[in-house]
Amino acid sequence: MSIKDKAYIAGIFEHPARKIANMSLAQLHAECAKGALEDAGLTIHDVDGYYCSTDAPGSLGGINMIDYMGLTVKHSDSTNTGGSSYLYLVAHAAEAIAAGKCSVALITCAGFGRPGTIARDLDTAIPDTPFEMPYGPVTVNLYALAAMRHMYEFGTTSEQLAWVKVSASHHAQHNPNAYLKKVVTVEDVVNSPLIADPLHRMDCCVVTDGGGAVIVVSPEIAKSLKRPLVKLIGAGESPKGQMGGKIDITYTGAVRSGPIAFAEAGVKPSDIKYASIYDSFTITVVMTLEDLGFCKKGEGGKFVMDGNLISGVGKLPFNTDGGGMCNNHPVNRGGITKIIEAVRQLRGEAHPLVQVKNCDIALAHGTGGSLSTRHGSATLIMERG
Amino acid sequence: MTTPYQERKIPAPKLNYGDEPYFDAATQGKLMMKYCNDCKQYHHYPRALCPFCFSDKTEFKQVKGTGTVYSFSVTRTSGPVPYAIAYVTLDEGITMLTNIVDCDLDTIRCGQKVEVTFKPSEDGPAIPMFKLI
Repeated sequence: MSIKDKAYIAGIFEHPARKIANMSLAQLHAECAKGALEDAGLTIHDVDGYYCSTDAPGSLGGINMIDYMGLTVKHSDSTNTGGSSYLYLVAHAAEAIAAGKCSVALITCAGFGRPGTIARDLDTAIPDTPFEMPYGPVTVNLYALAAMRHMYEFGTTSEQLAWVKVSASHHAQHNPNAYLKKVVTVEDVVNSPLIADPLHRMDCCVVTDGGGAVIVVSPEIAKSLKRPLVKLIGAGESPKGQMGGKIDITYTGAVRSGPIAFAEAGVKPSDIKYASIYDSFTITVVMTLEDLGFCKKGEGGKFVMDGNLISGVGKLPFNTDGGGMCNNHPVNRGGITKIIEAVRQLRGEAHPLVQVKNCDIALAHGTGGSLSTRHGSATLIMERG
Repeated sequence: MTTPYQERKIPAPKLNYGDEPYFDAATQGKLMMKYCNDCKQYHHYPRALCPFCFSDKTEFKQVKGTGTVYSFSVTRTSGPVPYAIAYVTLDEGITMLTNIVDCDLDTIRCGQKVEVTFKPSEDGPAIPMFKLI
């Protein structure tokens, strides 16, 4: 069984705020749900599947939010792979719809990411923790390790990585809700303070409050609504770990999730007109583009240079909302916004100055967790109409 | 730029059942790795069942304690003092997360030869780390 042509994304909503006070976590999830339902032209009473990750309140998956929102659902899932969770959840919702388990699936992501670094939740039953925690692993240095090795093996430079941030900033200037709207230069990035070598402050994504929601529906329901049709045609997922100590951090789980999604969709990287690529750090984008086949392994640094990711300038417009680099990374989970901007592009509803012409096929990819230890990769491919 | 190594407070690891021999050995100045007597391969972090063949015939064996820097990152702003997190590939062929210590952190490079040393944790076992040789 395939999800191809069996499920559509009918509703999207990105909360406009980046700093939120005086709102409960449950309220924020519910407001995102309401926004996406209104976008689709559906009501909360139409929802019969609910999908969330560990940013939702409670430790019983979606049960607390299902009760809060007054839902009666036939199917739910609460997969957690960090920031990529929502790409997994959209795929799982599509699988449930394809199997006839539900027909209107709601996916929410929301929370309060600020201020600063959130302490890592070190569950002592996690088997790897005693062997890693003493060494001071934090999110940024676990991505920096991958960047350092990429530079060593392939000659990638800080200036090349900086182009990811520069390109995102060119898009963010057109997004009134973006957390950082200022256009920056390669020099700005490489002259910003080193946080964890070789990553500078401006190689890192923003940290924001906020969230978003996505509605996935059956073909029959999608065609009964008034919004432009966006069809799911391929999905792939794959975690990657330390492989028992046979460590190779020059690639990500996208080497598996990408080919699965492309095969299901029956398309190839050159067919993709727009790509939302998870941009927790600049290196994440460079490695993901290689692993998804947009360029050869080791050539991601060259690929992203000179505006190649800027809409209207380069060959592969990416993160036209400004991405996690500049726009939004709600509760340290940027996956939902990756899906949302891809849907905007396929509908022709992106900002006119970043809208990709004839955008018929788009890709969204998430990388959640840590690039050099354990992460979950997920790829979605969507088609207009 | 120079970034001299500074001693860092290391919280004692909270062990799971089966981890004790690794840290007891570290406290005695020995680096132990889990070895599978069926597929004849080392692995890390240590498991009761081999992650390569799922055999339960695994045991801790002392390794030489020498290797090369696979990757590293001088982490400048995440703690009270800068420190160098690293992956070191042991001569036995497996790679472990660690710290590089006792040097100017700005002189660390991928491919450098290192050997194990041990640093105390707070009220806990010694922790294997590596120094440049």
